[in-house]
Parts: sequence; C-alpha cells; structure tokens
Amino acid sequence: MHTLELTVNGQTCRVEVGLKTTLLEVLRDKLYITSPKVGCNTGDCGTCSVLLDGVLVRSCITNALSVQGKSVTTLEGITEPGDIHPLQKAFHEHYGSQCGFCTPGMILASKALLDVNPSPTRDEVKQALSGNLCRCTGYVKIIDSVLAAADEMKS
Amino acid sequence: MKKIGKGIAAGFYPSGMSGGGDSSQAMVKVQPDGSAVVTVGSCDIGQGCKTIMAQITAEVLGIDYEAVKVVNDDTDNCPLSFGTFASRVTYVDGLATKMAAEDARRILFEIAAVMLECSEDVLEAVDSQIRVKGNPDKSLSIGEVAGAGTFGMRKFILGLGHYMRDPAAMDPETCECDPFCTLAWAASFAEVEVDTETGEVEILRLVNSYDVGKAMNPTHLEGQIDGGATMGVGAAMSENLHPFFPSLEFQPDNLGDYAIPTTMDVPDMESVIYECPSTNGPYGAKGIGEMTANTPGPAIVNAIHDAVGIWITNLPATPEKVLRALDAKGA
Repeated sequence: MHTLELTVNGQTCRVEVGLKTTLLEVLRDKLYITSPKVGCNTGDCGTCSVLLDGVLVRSCITNALSVQGKSVTTLEGITEPGDIHPLQKAFHEHYGSQCGFCTPGMILASKALLDVNPSPTRDEVKQALSGNLCRCTGYVKIIDSVLAAADEMKS
Repeated sequence: MKKIGKGIAAGFYPSGMSGGGDSSQAMVKVQPDGSAVVTVGSCDIGQGCKTIMAQITAEVLGIDYEAVKVVNDDTDNCPLSFGTFASRVTYVDGLATKMAAEDARRILFEIAAVMLECSEDVLEAVDSQIRVKGNPDKSLSIGEVAGAGTFGMRKFILGLGHYMRDPAAMDPETCECDPFCTLAWAASFAEVEVDTETGEVEILRLVNSYDVGKAMNPTHLEGQIDGGATMGVGAAMSENLHPFFPSLEFQPDNLGDYAIPTTMDVPDMESVIYECPSTNGPYGAKGIGEMTANTPGPAIVNAIHDAVGIWITNLPATPEKVLRALDAKGA
C-alpha cells in the first residue's frame, strides 16, 4: 500500500491506496464522495468526470497515485455547502436532468467549458459535452441549460 | 455526391398493458398542516413520475405543488403497482392518484361541512382553501380543516385509489375485443443528407409530433420526446448488438463499442405537441414514454430512400450498408 495525499474540494486528504487503485475508487470508496458515478468504468461514458487542477478528467481511468499532491474538485465542491451553482440552477430550471446519473459529469464538463469560454456557441457546448453520454434527455435540454447558465454567469 | 431526402413515419401506441388487467394503487394522506403525501408503487426512472403525481394531487386538493411529497421508493411499503413500463405511469398511476386525492378531498369536505355548517356538495378546494362555491368569504384554509379534522375529530385523512382496466374479453367467434385503455399517435419527419461516395448519412433535421392527450408537464414532455427520439436516432444510425448476426460473436460489451448517440450525433430536433384528450385518462392524458423511440428510425430510413433510392431493411444504417445497397442498385 502507498500513501496518497491530495486535496479534494479544498480539504487535504490522506488515504492508503494500491498501485492499481483509481481516483474514482478513492473518491467513492475511501472518501465517500458519491457524485462521481461508476458508469462504464472504461473511460467511455464520462459520468465519473472530475476536475483535476481545473482540468476535466475521467476518474475511473485516472490512477490514484498519479494525482499525488494535486487538487480534485467534484460536484460537491463547485460551490460552498448550501449554495447552488448557476449551472445546477439552470439544469434544474431547464430540465437538464432526467434520471440524473450523467448529471454530475455533465455539470463538471460544462463548468470546465465555461471556465475557459464564458460565452460558448451551441456547437461549442456540443463539442465540450461530446464525451459525456446521456441516455434520457437527447441532450437538447442539457445544452439549453448550459447556455442559460452561461448567460446568467455573465450578467 | 451529396443528396438530400425527406421521410415521414407514423405510429400509435397504447398506454398500459394491451389487454388490460394491470393494476396501480395510490394513497394520498393529508397531513394536519394541509400538506399532502402521495404514495405510489411505480418508480421514477427519470420520466417524471414524482412530478406528475404531485401535480395531480395538487390540482385535486387545490394546494401548491410544493406542498405535496411523493413517496415511491420501496415496493415493500408502497401500494401495489405493476411497475414503470408500457407507457403506463402517467395514465394508470395518474388515475389511481387522482382517485386517491379525490377520496382525501371527500374526507376534507366532510370535516369542513361540519365546521362551515353547510352541505358537503357545495364545497370546493382551491387556493389552499376549502370554501363554499360562489361564496369565497365562507372559507377555511386547508390546514385549518386538516388540523381540526385530525386532532379535533380524530379523523385520518387518507384517500385511497385503485385503477385497473378489466382484462379485455374477446368474442370467440370474431376475435373482436377492445384491448387498449387509449391510443397515443405520433409522426416523425426526417431530413437527411447521404454522401454517395462514403455512404455516410447525416440527419439534418428531425421533427417529432405527438398526440399526448394532455401535456401534463410540457417541459418534461419535450425532454421525453427528445430523449426517445435520440434513442431512435441511435437505433437507426449506430447501435448494434450483433454486428455479425446470426453469429453472436463480437457483440459490444461496453459503452465504447455500443455506440449510443453523443451530443455530436443528435440533429436539431423539434417537438410538436398535439392534445386530443383521451376519454378516460387523468385530465385526458395519454402515455407516450416508449413510443418516442419508434418513429424516428423509420422516418430516417424513408428519408434515405427519398435521397438515393435504396431501402435499408436492417438497422443501423451504417455507411457500409448504404454503400452496398447503392452498389446493388447500380448507382
């Protein structure tokens, strides 16, 4: 076993991990942070997405020891506890979520986009979310939600 | 060369089990503060069961949507339901919930009639009040009625509902029967561009229209139509469980191989909602959950035929199949 030290949602954590442990396993099984979901576990669906030093990564195919000393943000950490992020508000208002399984990954992928491009076009949103699968919504209302959040965050 | 074509497909779909006999029960309990708890056995898989049951209860009891809580998370404890399938929840559970809410409202009226010294049948439940029709001054808040009924009169304000369509009887001579609760109708319109050199098909536009009876929640409805249409697009264009059928080898075993549509594969979509009420659904509603995936595929196949004159009879319409069909046609 090896000691992994990382910052998760602003808090420093130390956990014991094996050589093959993934970041997703650390988050869910060791730290009990359950917004990153176990979808395909092969890096294809995007529902395990988290931000690693601000960059969108798939935690199911990210080796835990490779994030030594880095900072991870999950859905729980994008606002202060009790607050709601404009993206969360927009997903709620525009029905950007049906069963909700893809939603944490969708919101983090959207945040990663808006952090670098606050005024995306519809096509840019599509491109940014193309690695996150959703089986319920047909994506239309997810894209609507992201564009609405971008508008709100600008004003 | 790129060629453009247009196609249409239409369909219909029953709400609930064809042949009847599927059952749903519901309980609506009005709390002493006038809020309500609905308990049903059908789960919410994202289609909006909780939302619709809360809307129906709020409508019947005349209270705010926010004052209704829906419990449907454990079939051990919830009333009987055959389940979430067959586009049946809004229709069958909706009817059971409406009956249960009306039953709870009847008990509220019994209590209010004593308090207001009037007959039960002149009362109505609106704006979180129980009041005498045509005489809004003679009213009580629903919380006052529920509180006085619960603690003063020892009432249990619990309404029960059970909807089950009788199994359809069949005439042994003619086989005639009436198997459906109601039928919802649909049509999809697709415009595609076919590249005759590569066989690639791009969907330029997809319009899906549904007769939903009554749009209980138009935003949810659009979401469900978009989602179903995207499944239809996937079935038509990319999803394949057995690429070498009848050999079952090489079947996809993860989401990287089984190619469901991504944001980049979904065309611009438009939903057209048409309301032709069913005679017996809750507020005229029909179920459209499953049928939303049915018409986009054939509309796309028809559009491919319109564009280049080939029939794709085995989905998905991959570039390889399109090219082989074009070859066979001698184009």
